Amino acid sequence: MSARVFVPADSGALSVGAEQVARAILAEAEQRREPVTLVRNGSRGLYWLEPMVEVETRAGRIAYGPVRAEDVPDLFAAGFLSGHSHRLGHGLTDHIPYLAGQERLTFARVGLSEPLNLADYCEQGGFVGLRRALEMPPDALIREVTDSGLRGRGGAGFPTGVKWSTVGKAVAATKYVVCNADEGDSGTFSDRMLMEGDPYCLIEGMIIAARAVGAQEGYIYSRSEYPHAFAILASAIQRAREAGYLGPDILGTGQAFDLEVRLGAGAYICGEETSMLESLEGRRGLVRFKPPLPAISGLFGQPTVINNVMSLASVPVILAKGSAFYRDYGVGRSQGTLPFQLAGNIRHGGLVEKAFGLTLNELLYDYGGGSASGRPIRAVQVGGPLGAYLPESRFDVPLDYEAYSRIDAMIGHGGIVAFDDRVDMAKMARYAMEFCAIESCGKCTPCRIGSQRGVEIIDRIVAGRERSKNLILLDSLCDTMVNGSLCALGGMAPYPVRSALQHFPADFGIDTSGIAERERTETVPSRRI
Amino acid sequence: MPHASAPPDDPTPFNTDAVREVIRAAASVPGAMLPVLHAVQGHLGHIPSEVVPLVAQALNVSRAEVQGVLDFYHDFRRAPPGRHLVWICRAESCQAMGAEAIETHARNHLGLAYHETTADGALTLEPVYCLGNCACSPAVRVDGEIHGRMDPIRFEKLVEELRAETVTA
Ligand SMILES: Cc1cc2nc3c(=O)[nH]c(=O)nc-3n(C[C@H](O)[C@H](O)[C@H](O)COP(=O)(O)O)c2cc1C
Ligand code: SF4
Ligand code: FES
Repeated sequence: MSARVFVPADSGALSVGAEQVARAILAEAEQRREPVTLVRNGSRGLYWLEPMVEVETRAGRIAYGPVRAEDVPDLFAAGFLSGHSHRLGHGLTDHIPYLAGQERLTFARVGLSEPLNLADYCEQGGFVGLRRALEMPPDALIREVTDSGLRGRGGAGFPTGVKWSTVGKAVAATKYVVCNADEGDSGTFSDRMLMEGDPYCLIEGMIIAARAVGAQEGYIYSRSEYPHAFAILASAIQRAREAGYLGPDILGTGQAFDLEVRLGAGAYICGEETSMLESLEGRRGLVRFKPPLPAISGLFGQPTVINNVMSLASVPVILAKGSAFYRDYGVGRSQGTLPFQLAGNIRHGGLVEKAFGLTLNELLYDYGGGSASGRPIRAVQVGGPLGAYLPESRFDVPLDYEAYSRIDAMIGHGGIVAFDDRVDMAKMARYAMEFCAIESCGKCTPCRIGSQRGVEIIDRIVAGRERSKNLILLDSLCDTMVNGSLCALGGMAPYPVRSALQHFPADFGIDTSGIAERERTETVPSRRI
Repeated sequence: MPHASAPPDDPTPFNTDAVREVIRAAASVPGAMLPVLHAVQGHLGHIPSEVVPLVAQALNVSRAEVQGVLDFYHDFRRAPPGRHLVWICRAESCQAMGAEAIETHARNHLGLAYHETTADGALTLEPVYCLGNCACSPAVRVDGEIHGRMDPIRFEKLVEELRAETVTA
């Protein structure tokens, strides 16, 4: 009997040598005449163990990691093909606490098998949601999604069912479903993992969305920084089409829907939905004024659903298991689960899908195992480059949209980046402004010019030149950007800056707590994404 | 499969008919501007100014429109890059794990600033803002492949391999 051995082909695993490990396993197996069936799965998301090799045994899958090519002969000698123990062994994968403690709904299948294997997908519950959706009238289907409490996972947290309902009601000959796979936020990789590890799940979600709103065409806008995801999606779409899940007549229902994956060209702003539409139409990614909402007049002027990868990939499980099942996870108005992504200076970086309501303390220490350097974690940025920097005193705030909003922070796409005590927060604040200046679409002055001025003012503050005057200037610049920007790039870049200043004034050379106190009591106008 | 922004294995010298054919093949989809420009860059390694009128004509838009798009997106290059493209991730997670040391190393040992090419034409250095490999920070990308848990020593080794390759080529 040939042993089944799993070596991920996820780009994160490949980035730390999975390909060399896979080759070493095949070579060693051949030399020892021990037959091996190599499966190139997605990643289970335990990145600190990548390349993580798994072996199928009667008891379940046994994990070894992080494996280097040099370790392979030793693993064979120890009998890893039969699941025997080894210094790199972690026992049954499913029992590793990092994984066992998770609530994987959206990521239930990711890492289990070969991403492009359609038969495996069906065997593991794939297309159950779609089949149910195809039997439901669109109204009921939209209600199911609304009732699940699913809110947009791309950052703004807008209820998905409500958006679908608007598009569903719009009357037009052509409607579109656009998947926002730009995933530009640093510290995030859940979209990439899912696209690489379970692409049919996204496709299934998009077909369900199309069915719900009556759309015939769909696009996945994928960033050019993700060459692997692009290649996998292109193959998955082709295979799904050949199997009748896409095309003029989906599974014999008479419903038509087809899909194309498009490549971005390295512009963070193209993750903003209207900029993305401009880009898809072939223009510079300048943000559009709203209204009209894309739901009414979107791609090529037609009603368009735009959803993040995570939002769409959560739909199949909602349909398969029912809205109540999904809604029962989470707290308050943050229902269901979020795949959090642990990154930066963290010992156990990876993906942790959990119901809303847990805290940074749990993520950073119970899952993350503290910092990678072993030094104290001093600051954490949550929600990407426009998210606030949080100090330890905020690590116990429950991760739910409203609770985060109350502390002027945002959960965004669930990216969590930890910094140890060597971080210079003035530098991070400067970087936030610099990033905004580099990526600004240039449509409005507060963002285009303001971010440039922001860099200069922070430089002056750090250099101690007219510090108090420049602090007042920075504060007023932030106000202008928050209030005067068309979109959240200019409108939220002040959040990391202000939070850094508020919680870490010493890094800016400020020795009184005056500024910090004033900031703390100030209310920040509501954000728009 | 077009690897976004990676230079082609064998950059073809400019040939108007061949470029027209590349444009034509990519131009059939709605909103074809980005697919067309990616295809041209995949073919030539960069987008020379002679291509602008060809694209404008094929897509029935003004040259200024094409130029505007080229200038807007970071991916599109106006000049030929080195034989390999090396991107260093500058975003927060990689910063938290020492990306700056890699940048400094590139500056001191390669004598390269961003957007510059080594004198031997082996590689062009570019910044990138997240490669989605943040759990294995710091990350760099070489052509279509991503490398994680990078450090200055490994970076130097990687770069030396790329440069050695071009010497024998
Ligand atoms: C500057 C900026 C960048 C954004 N980047 C992304 C992104 O990379 N991915 C994403 O899904 N949404 C992004 N968004 C949010 C989108 O505009 C939009 O809200 C989202 O695609 C809607 O999908 P959802 O409702 O499923 O979240 C961005 C917004 C802004 C202002
Ligand atoms: S805030 Fe910045 S990115 Fe957004 S529309 Fe204005 S200039 Fe463009
Ligand atoms: S921040 Fe560098 S890979 Fe994400």
